[in-house]
Amino acid sequence: MILNTEGVFSGYGKVEVVKDFNIQINEGEIVSIIGRNGVGKSTFIKTLMGLLKTNKGSITFKNQNITNVKAFDRARGGIGYVPQGHGVFPTLTVEENLLMGKLINLQKENLKLELVYNYFPKLKERRKQKAGTLSGGEQAALAIGRALVGNPDLLILDEPSEGIQPSIVNQISKIVNQINHETGLTVLFVEQNMALIQQLSQRCYAMDKGMIKGEINQEALQDYDVLKSYLTV
Amino acid sequence: MSLSSLMNQFINDFSFLILAAIGLAVIFGMMKIINLAHGEFIMLGAYITTLSAQAGVPLIISIVFGAIGVGIMGYLIDRLIICRLYGRTLDSVVVTWGISMVIQQGMLIIFGPSLQGVSTPLGSVSFAGSTYSVYRILLFAISIGALFLLYLIFMKTKFGLYSRATMQNQEIARSMGVNTNRIYSMTFSIGAAFAGLTGGLYAPTMAISPTFGTGFLMQSFVTVIVGGANPLIGTSLSGGVLGIVNSILDTTWGTFFGEIGLLICAILVIRLLPLGFSGVVEKWFVRKRRM
Ligand SMILES: Nc1ncnc2c1ncn2[C@@H]1O[C@H](COP(=O)(O)OP(=O)(O)O)[C@@H](O)[C@H]1O
Ligand SMILES: [Mg+2]
Repeated sequence: MILNTEGVFSGYGKVEVVKDFNIQINEGEIVSIIGRNGVGKSTFIKTLMGLLKTNKGSITFKNQNITNVKAFDRARGGIGYVPQGHGVFPTLTVEENLLMGKLINLQKENLKLELVYNYFPKLKERRKQKAGTLSGGEQAALAIGRALVGNPDLLILDEPSEGIQPSIVNQISKIVNQINHETGLTVLFVEQNMALIQQLSQRCYAMDKGMIKGEINQEALQDYDVLKSYLTV
Repeated sequence: MSLSSLMNQFINDFSFLILAAIGLAVIFGMMKIINLAHGEFIMLGAYITTLSAQAGVPLIISIVFGAIGVGIMGYLIDRLIICRLYGRTLDSVVVTWGISMVIQQGMLIIFGPSLQGVSTPLGSVSFAGSTYSVYRILLFAISIGALFLLYLIFMKTKFGLYSRATMQNQEIARSMGVNTNRIYSMTFSIGAAFAGLTGGLYAPTMAISPTFGTGFLMQSFVTVIVGGANPLIGTSLSGGVLGIVNSILDTTWGTFFGEIGLLICAILVIRLLPLGFSGVVEKWFVRKRRM
């Protein structure tokens, strides 16, 4: 098991958003967390990254208890993160954004930028351009590329499909699948986009009101109605 | 007004504006902290330089001591006080004002109202009918060197990259593995070190007292306001433009009108270009790239 959370509670100030969260992810798996807007998916991901405090419970990553480890040390320990809305640094160039991924996973050697450019050739063409001038799809690619540069053991994506065209969503799911096959990279992603959930997840947690409402396996995931029931009010 | 005296004045004014502003610009531009203790940082640099020069240390090394000493003090002040104010621009005004009073009064208590200065080194040269102080010409070269150093630190090093990323979005920088508190402290320390350097450089040219820094305050704030948030583009552009305005007024009507001219420039820029020169340049770049 690469990631294990036990009874995690977190939120903002006195407001508890994530309640009693238990998830287990094995090495090499691609797992998703799905749920409607506002159920607390991003809050949970930020808690995993250490950007929000864990009020109760514990988080174990690669057999180490990281519940009280600082965010930057979690990244250095091997977690690559693609924030919601992609979170590129707008006035840094594409290449500078990619270099920002170098501190991720200090134990492992960084990926060569060339390798990341191979996955996303558009980024190479635009490597001297400011990231703020890229299209939504290119920013998504850049955010994923930036997380990959450090060669993480676990890649966490928060709604990578948000604000980008279906064709690019397909492209992203293809590339993430390919990297998972080639390198065994473990992936945890948060989504509401049915197509991406179905194409990419090997397993899925459904979330509602800050809690896990169920676990869905790959076959059940292909059932459109089951999935839809978790994503609509 | 002869061209050579205008030239002479420009060299003085440009270097004074750049060196007065550079530390303030780093701290404000990168951290959004308005450092009202900036003048006191400069004063401390002058004290360290003067005291070590009097103790027999060569002047140039004394100046380096001034920069390093104030840099270290800046690091400590950040860790102890400023780190509680990140993202609180207005609160930073009040707190750094307090720091400035503590430093100024502290120096008054320890060293008294004035200190025996060191004399300006290097003499002067005559060129095309007028005399130039060699040290002033050196200051001009150093002010350009300081801008270049700023460029190297923030554009060409890993620290600079992490620092620029942190200023844009500290949460995401943290989640990429950047120790953002460390970056803030280092940035504050670098800004303080530049202020210390300025104090050290001007120590041989002015009377040394606890109010030494006040002579830099107006020029430094006007340069940063006119320059805008980007410490590199802003400081160099506004240093150039204000240097021209200031030197023309200085040579025609005297330094009093030179200072009034600077303040009028600041008012005009606040009205017409609220983001300063660097804001205009950055907008223009984005537009050009989009086309
Ligand atoms: N910075 C914040 N401060 C206070 N409440 C927040 C903040 N961010 C999100 N919330 C609240 O937490 C809940 C969960 O939000 P979020 O985790 O962003 O949901 P999701 O990612 O599933 O759409 C929402 O009710 C939202 O209003
Ligand atoms: Mg969200």
